Amino acid sequence: MKQTKNILIVGVGGQGVLLASELLSAVAVEAGLDAKKSEVHGMAQRGGVVSSHVRIGEKVYSPLIPKGEADVILAFEEAEALRWSFFLKPKGTMVVNQYKLVPPIASMKGFDYPQDPVKSIQTKIDRTVLVDAEQIARELGNIRLVNTILLGVVSRFLDIDEAVWKKVIRERVPKGTETLNIEAFSRGRRIS
Amino acid sequence: MTKKKNGTGNKTGAAMKTILSGNEAVARGCYEYGIHVATAYPGTPSTEILENAARYPEIYCEWSPNEKVAFEVAMGATFEGARTLVAMKHVGLNVAADPFMSMSLIGAPGGFIVVSADDPGMHSSQNEQDNRYYAKFAGYPCLEPSDSQEAKDFVGVGLDISVDYDVPVLLRMTTRVCHSKTAVKLGKRRETQVKGFQRDPQKFVVLPSHGRIRHPWAVERLRKLAALSENTPMNRVEKGSSQIGIITHGVTYQYVKEVMPDASIFKLGMSYPLPVGKIKAFADSVDRLFVVEELEPFIEEQIKAAGIACEGKIFWSNLGELNPERVEQGLVEAGVLRQEAKKQTAPSEKVIPRPPIFCPGCPHRGLYYALRKLKARVTTDIGCYTLGVLPPLESGDTCVEMGASIGVAVGMAKARGNGKGIVATIGDSTFLHSGMTGLLNAVNDKAGITVVIADNRITAMTGGQHHPGTGESLMGPGGFKADLAKICQALGAVRIKVVDPYRLQETLDTLKQEMENDELSVIITNRPCALFPPENRKRVRMKPFQVDLEKCIGCHTCLRVSCPAISESHETTEKGLTKSHIDPVLCTGCSVCAQVCPVQAIIPTE
Ligand SMILES: Cc1ncc(C[n+]2csc(CCOP(=O)(O)OP(=O)(O)O)c2C)c(N)n1
Repeated sequence: MKQTKNILIVGVGGQGVLLASELLSAVAVEAGLDAKKSEVHGMAQRGGVVSSHVRIGEKVYSPLIPKGEADVILAFEEAEALRWSFFLKPKGTMVVNQYKLVPPIASMKGFDYPQDPVKSIQTKIDRTVLVDAEQIARELGNIRLVNTILLGVVSRFLDIDEAVWKKVIRERVPKGTETLNIEAFSRGRRIS
Repeated sequence: MTKKKNGTGNKTGAAMKTILSGNEAVARGCYEYGIHVATAYPGTPSTEILENAARYPEIYCEWSPNEKVAFEVAMGATFEGARTLVAMKHVGLNVAADPFMSMSLIGAPGGFIVVSADDPGMHSSQNEQDNRYYAKFAGYPCLEPSDSQEAKDFVGVGLDISVDYDVPVLLRMTTRVCHSKTAVKLGKRRETQVKGFQRDPQKFVVLPSHGRIRHPWAVERLRKLAALSENTPMNRVEKGSSQIGIITHGVTYQYVKEVMPDASIFKLGMSYPLPVGKIKAFADSVDRLFVVEELEPFIEEQIKAAGIACEGKIFWSNLGELNPERVEQGLVEAGVLRQEAKKQTAPSEKVIPRPPIFCPGCPHRGLYYALRKLKARVTTDIGCYTLGVLPPLESGDTCVEMGASIGVAVGMAKARGNGKGIVATIGDSTFLHSGMTGLLNAVNDKAGITVVIADNRITAMTGGQHHPGTGESLMGPGGFKADLAKICQALGAVRIKVVDPYRLQETLDTLKQEMENDELSVIITNRPCALFPPENRKRVRMKPFQVDLEKCIGCHTCLRVSCPAISESHETTEKGLTKSHIDPVLCTGCSVCAQVCPVQAIIPTE
C-alpha cells in the first residue's frame, strides 16, 4: 500500500463504530503497516453522532483525515452517511448500511429526519454501495454480526490480504462465534 | 474496575509493537518507568489514563474525590520518594492550582508527573484554556507529546528530569493525542526503590522565611532547565527547505508534516522553558519563520519577547482545534502554499442534529421534568444532569464549574432577600468533589434555598467511575460507601428528604413543599444510574412499556420527557396527529412516560 488510505467510519453512539475502527486498525498493524485512528469520545454514549478516522499506509502523520480526502466512508446509518458525505474524495466509495435511526429531537418543530437519505446520497455520489447488514445478520442468525459484515464490505477496497483480516477477526471476536464471524465477513466481502 | 493481572498490551513486554491511545500509552509509561503511585479525578479527555494504569498490580491507583486531593496524595507519595503521576482534565488543574503552585518551592524528590489533558475545541468541556501557561506560572518543564509513542516515552523522560532537577513536570496532552490510537513499542518495567522521606523543614515546610530562601533556588533551577531544553532530543530540527521554517508542538506537528513535508520543521517536545538559543539559530537558517500552535500564542509570545521575528496567530487563530485543513489554509493565506483547485467533493449538508440526551431510564429525567413543571430557578452543576438544560426539559439557569451550584444559589437568595423557589441541583460525585463546603456555608448563612443531590451513585458523565460514595474503588471492591444524608446532617442541614425520581408525583410534591418554605432543605434522589448502576454495572432493565394505540390521542406529552426510546409512530389519530411508539429494546421500564400520559395509554408489556 504505497499511498495512505483514509477510511471514515460514522454512525450513532452505541452502534459499534468504535469497535469497527478498532478492528480495522488492528488489521492494518497485523499487515505490517502504519495506522492511526482518531475519534472523540465523551458524549458518544448518549445517542450522539460518532465518527472515527482511520488512516493506513507506510508512514502516517496526521491522525485526522482532511476533508474531501476519505477513500472510503462506512456509514452505519443513512442520515449519518449524508452528514459526512463531504469528507469523501471525488472518486471515493460510500458504503451505507440501510438502517435509519431517528433521533427523539425529530418530534420537535424545525427538526426533520431527511426524507430519503439513500436517494440524496446516490444523486451526489457515484460510487455508493448499499448493504442491508441487519437482514444478512438475521439470515446468519445473530444480529451482532452487523459490524463484521460491514467490515467485510470495506475490506474489498483495501489492499490487505484476506488471510490477515480473518486472522484478526478470529483473535478479536467473542469465543465460540469465530466461524460465524468469518462467514459474516465473507458475506460482506462478496457484496459489490 | 477491579484489578486485572494484565495491563494494556503485553505485560512481560518483549519489544512488541501495538496500537494504543495516548491515554493508554501514558498508563503503559507508568508501568514501564516504575511509577508506584498514580491518582486522578475523572474528566474527559484524561479518564482512561488511570483506568488503564489500574490494570497493573505494581501501581497503587486511586480515584480521589477531587483534583486537589488527587494532587496532594500524589505529592505526599513523591515526598516519600516514590515515582508518582497525577492526571486530570485541564479545568481540574484550576482545582489543584494551590498545591501545584506551592510545590514549586519544594520540588519533587521521588519524581512527579502532572498530566493536564486540555480540550481544544471543547469536545466535552466548558472552556478551552491552554494549560501550558501553568507550567510557566509555576516554573515547571512542559512536555507535549505528538502521538502515543511520545506519550509513553515522555513519562520516562519526564520522570528523569523530575528527579534530576527536583521539579514537578507538566505532561500536557490534548484531546486529539489522548484519544488517537497510534503505534507504540512496548518495553519492560524498570523497577525503582522508594527512597523514604528525608526530613528537611526548610524544603518541605513552606514558611515565608523558608520561601525567601527557596525562591532563588527555584529561579536557578529554571535556568538549568532552560539549558536542558537546548540539548534535549525532544526539541529537534528536521531540516528541509531554507525558505520556510515552522516551529510547532504536540499533534500540530503531525498536521504540519502532512501539509508541508518539505519545510524545515522545529519540533518542540519540551515547550517550556523554550530552547531560545536553538530557536535563534533555526530562525537564522530560514527566510521566513512561522509558529503553528494550537490555542494561545504561548510559544510565539516568548519567541517574539526574545527578539526573534516570527508569524503565527495572524494565520492560525487561538480559537478551537487545529486540523490539517486549518494548517493548510493558514499557509495559503501566508502566501506559502497555493490554494488547491476546488476538489469535486459533495457539498456539506445540514442534517438533523443528535444532541446528547438522558439515557432511557435515567433517574435525572423525573427530577428535571418536575423542576420544569414547578418553574424553579435552577442553579445546576456539572454532570449528566446538566443536560436537563437542553430542550425539551429546559430546566437549569446557571452552570459554571464543579460545585458552584450551591454557592450561586445562596448568592441569589441573599441578593433577592429569600431563597424561595431557588433550587441548586448537584450530582453525587460533584457533591463529594466540592459541594460539601458550599452546603456548610449555606447552613451557616441560613439561606432558604433547596439543594437537590441527584444521587445516581456513580460518576456517570465521564463513563461510570467510582467515588467514596459507591462502595468500590479503583483497587477493587471494599471501598467506602459514604452516606450522603448523614453527611448533610453533619454539615448542619435539618430538613433532609429522600425521594425516588421514578415516582413523579412524590418528587413534584416534595420539591414544591421545600421550594415554598424559606428554610434550607436538602432533597436526595435515590435511583442509581441506568447505564452504570454501581451494584453490577449492567444496564438497568425492567419490564418495558408499550403504547396502547387504541388509547393514544397523539398529544405528544410523553415525547416531552425526552426519552430516546420514545418516537412518533406511523399511526395517526382521526385528527391526523401521530401516535407515539416505544422501542421495547431501548425501554428500561422506568415508567416516567406512563405517569405523564393524560389518558393512561402507556402500559407495561405482558
Ligand atoms: C474540575 C472538573 N473535574 C472534572 C470534570 C469532568 N466531569 C464532568 S461531569 C463530572 C462528574 C459528574 O458526576 P456526578 O456529579 O455524579 O453526576 P452524573 O454525571 O453522575 O449525573 C466530571 C468528573 C469537570 N468538568 N471539571
